[in-house]
Amino acid sequence: MAVNWFKYSSPPAFYPLAGRLIPWFAAAAAVLALIGIYVGLVVAPTDYQQGDSYRIIFIHVPAAWMSMFIYLVMAVYAGIGLIFNTRLSGYMARALAPTGAMFTFIALWTGALWGRPTWGAWWVWDARLTSELILLFLYLGYISLYAAIDDPRRAARASGLLALIGAVNVPIIYFSVKWWNTLHQGASISLTKAPTMAATMLTGMMIMAVAAWCYTIAVALMRVRCEILEREVHSEWAAEQLAREAR
Amino acid sequence: MAEFFAMGGYAFYVWGSFGVTVLALVVEVLLLRRRRRTLLRRASRMSRKVSMGVGA
Amino acid sequence: MNGGTMLGAMRSVLARDLMLAGRRPVDVVTALFFFVIVVSLFPLGIGPEGQILHAIAPGVVWVAALLASMLSLTRLFEADFVDGTLEQMILAPQPLSLIVLGKVSAHWLVTGAPLVLMSPLLGLQFGLSGEALMILALALLLGTPALSFIGALGAALTVGLRGGGALLALLILPLCVPVLIFGAGAVDAAATGMETGAHLSLLGAFLVMALCFGPWVTAAALRIALD
Repeated sequence: MAVNWFKYSSPPAFYPLAGRLIPWFAAAAAVLALIGIYVGLVVAPTDYQQGDSYRIIFIHVPAAWMSMFIYLVMAVYAGIGLIFNTRLSGYMARALAPTGAMFTFIALWTGALWGRPTWGAWWVWDARLTSELILLFLYLGYISLYAAIDDPRRAARASGLLALIGAVNVPIIYFSVKWWNTLHQGASISLTKAPTMAATMLTGMMIMAVAAWCYTIAVALMRVRCEILEREVHSEWAAEQLAREAR
Repeated sequence: MAEFFAMGGYAFYVWGSFGVTVLALVVEVLLLRRRRRTLLRRASRMSRKVSMGVGA
Repeated sequence: MNGGTMLGAMRSVLARDLMLAGRRPVDVVTALFFFVIVVSLFPLGIGPEGQILHAIAPGVVWVAALLASMLSLTRLFEADFVDGTLEQMILAPQPLSLIVLGKVSAHWLVTGAPLVLMSPLLGLQFGLSGEALMILALALLLGTPALSFIGALGAALTVGLRGGGALLALLILPLCVPVLIFGAGAVDAAATGMETGAHLSLLGAFLVMALCFGPWVTAAALRIALD
């Protein structure tokens, strides 16, 4: 097993493997998302307090989970890249960032659309929404720093260091914002009270979360393949690979 | 069916969430496919030049 | 190499940067003026009602201090990077983190300390009470060095890049959120007659953390930048 890991940590070996994996994860994501949407929109009963508006959580909660998990995974890849000096982990961290930023945006968007009928406001400076907004800023900072550096090695290492610092700061930011929020509790709306979870709701949300994972893996692999070819275009194997695929 | 799409009066919020999410995912995949196609097209142009002896 | 020469390297970097700043006093004064002007603009934008101004004073002063200390950060390593001094510092036998510590201390003395001294005067404009003014200065005294450390990290990551200023702000501002929350929170608590101890202790904790890890991480970022 250990031998395999090392083998696939080199871009030339990983590239075809990623290509073989993409269709499986994409198909799994599509099937699971369809099942999840069916459970969430049709099977799950209407909530007696919030009506049908609560069905937004089938997207909101998995997106919010993904936004945090992806940052964490990105930081782990960045750490591996910094410590062991492997190229592939830098590419992987970079490939995850846009998808993470997108899920953060979706979590904010659906949070606003859920908040309007539930709390009567599009935006509330609730601890979770505020930290999610700051997380979006962290993603944007990472992507901008990577894009601003021309040298690929420096870009990967500098933005990797930033991702690690961000990951250390995320819990600190979350608890500061939470403290700030409890201190300034002007309008006391209980924002965190989710409707009592029926089993079907939880099932639907879990299926959607797994679908989001599969989607993320498929998209990240697609992006990492582009990233590898663009960055290594001057190496022999990448040029050969490109020529073979372009034909 | 109409009742399902009305979402108990919350149609705008529910479909607004699902719609934008689907849109974001589709756009991301399309952008990635375009990025890959551009990459391959540039490569094929390059290899043709090389075989014609221009780029070498 | 003993401890004396190591601290000596730090002290000589500090003295050198202070001397360079002394030769160009405009830079020092610019950050301070920026701070004063931004804070004074808020009453003009919001209106002269004392109650509102009193309520927003902690946040306004803190955000202005945050932006003012950001202002000169792009130049923290830039000149040394351009003329090759930075490369020499990396190659020097003394630990790079201590040199960074010297540079950050100089940066704080030049831009942070004047803000701390000026802040009670600005707080007066917003009708803060005597105790709140004292807490404001104390919170800034604990918070602005932490901001300098965080800012140095951003400056090290972006050294030598075009459009460094805006990029630096984008990287650094989200990381400054905890300092902003507890700094403004301390002043807010003092103004409304509540206990400020918790806020100040947390600010102190952030400062200690920034002091321990900041120079070390910044040194790593500089090594990456000049690799």
